[in-house]
Amino acid sequence: MIVRELELDLDAFEGPLDLLLTLVLKEELEPAEVDVAEIVIAFALGLAATERLDLDACGEFLVLVSALLELKARGLFADEAAELAELGADEAAEELARRLEEYRRIKEAAALLAERLEAERDRYFRLGPAPLQPRPDRRTSPQDPALLARALRSLAAEPPQVSLAHMELRFPPVTQFLERFRAVLRRRSRFDFEGELRGLSRAEQAVAFLALLDLRKAGEIELEQARAFAPILVARAVGAAAPGAKGKAWSARSA
Amino acid sequence: MERTLRLISSNPLDRLARTLEALLVVASQPLDVAELAAAAQEDPERVETALRLVSDRFREGRSGIVLEQVAGGYAFRATREAAEACGRLFERPVERGLSQAALETLASIAYLGPCSRPELARVRGVAADSVVAGLLERGLIAEAGRNGDSGVAGGAVRYRTTPLFERVFGLGSLSELPRLDDLGGDAAELRSRLQAIAERRPA
Repeated sequence: MIVRELELDLDAFEGPLDLLLTLVLKEELEPAEVDVAEIVIAFALGLAATERLDLDACGEFLVLVSALLELKARGLFADEAAELAELGADEAAEELARRLEEYRRIKEAAALLAERLEAERDRYFRLGPAPLQPRPDRRTSPQDPALLARALRSLAAEPPQVSLAHMELRFPPVTQFLERFRAVLRRRSRFDFEGELRGLSRAEQAVAFLALLDLRKAGEIELEQARAFAPILVARAVGAAAPGAKGKAWSARSA
Repeated sequence: MERTLRLISSNPLDRLARTLEALLVVASQPLDVAELAAAAQEDPERVETALRLVSDRFREGRSGIVLEQVAGGYAFRATREAAEACGRLFERPVERGLSQAALETLASIAYLGPCSRPELARVRGVAADSVVAGLLERGLIAEAGRNGDSGVAGGAVRYRTTPLFERVFGLGSLSELPRLDDLGGDAAELRSRLQAIAERRPA
C-alpha cells in the first residue's frame, strides 16, 4: 500500500494524501480545515482492503499524520502554545481530560438535538416572510409638507450663470503706460496717479502701477505719498533723462 | 327545552380570544404575551386567560391547527395528524441535511452561550468557518456582537441561537435543554482511560 497515494474525500479537500500535504506545507490549505480523523479512517479502510498488515505503510502513515496533527494543533491553539508548554505532565493531562470531557458533553448534546429533530419531524409551521410585516415604530418628529416642497423647489430652480469673465482677462503691454506717463510728464511737471487711472479696469490699473515702478527705477520720476493709501503724486525727476527715452521693455506677464 | 345555537359568542373574553387568533394567524413568528396585549390593547393577564381558551380550541384531535408555546411566545402550527399531507406539499429546508458537525456546533452555541469561531474551533478541534456560514444561512444562528468588554470592532464575531432554532427543535426556550453537566457520561471513567494510556507510554 502506498501511503502517499491514499485517496481522500474530505469536506476541505479531495485527492491523494501527498497533494494534501503539499498544499498544507505551501500554506494553500489551512490545517485547521482538515478533519484528521477522516484521514485515519480512510487509511484504516485502505489497509483493511489489502487484507495484510503492511507495517512499512503503517509507520509512514503515522509519521505523516502526526506531523499534520502537530501543524493543525499549532494552527488551532497558536496563542495557547506557550501557556500549555509551561504545564507539567499532570497538569497537561488534566487539561486534556477537561477538554475531552467538554467535547464529549457537546457531542452528547448534539445527539440529543438530533433526537429532538427526529421527534419534531411531523411539526409543520409557517416559515419565511409573512404576508404582513410587523408595523415599524415611527420615531420621526411631525413633518411639514410645505417645508419639504420649498426645499425641493429650491433644488429644482435654475442655478445662476457662473461668470467666466476672468478667463478672458487680457493685460495691456506695460510700454503703453510708459509712453502715456512720459507724454503726460512732457506736458506737466507732476500729476495725480489715481486721477490718471480713472475709468480703467483693475487689470489696466495693475499694469499702470508696474509702469510707474519701472519709471521710478529708471530714475525718470519721483513719487510722493503722504501716508499709506493716500493719493500718489508723480513728478518729473530733477535732471531726469529727456522724456521719451527708451526704457527696458517688459510686460506684466514677465513681472 | 330547545336551545338556540349561538355560533359567535358575545362574551368579551371570547372576543379577545378571537382577536388573538387573528394576530397569531398574521404573525410570521411566535408572539409573546406582551406583544399580544399591546396589539389587542388588553391587560396581559386577560390575554393569558384568553390564550388558554384559544389553546383549548386549537389542539390535537380537535382542529387542523394547534396553538403551541414555543421560542418564548405563542404560534400556530399544523396538527401532527396532517404532517404527512404537509410533507407532500412542503419541504423542511431549515433542518434538511444538518450534518453531525452542524449539530455539534449548534449544541456548542446553545449551551455555551454566544461564542466566536475560534472558541467553536477550540471545542470541536476543527475550524468552524463553513459550518457557521451554513447555520447562518439557515437562520438557526445569528451574530451577537463581538468579543471584548464593550463590543468594540476588532474582537471576533460571536454567534447565538435564534428563535427559529427554538421553534425548529420545539423548545419553549433554551432553558428546556437538559443541563450540560448532566451530559457526557462518567468523567472519572474518561480520566482513568487517559491515565492508563499515559502509563503505557514509555517515559
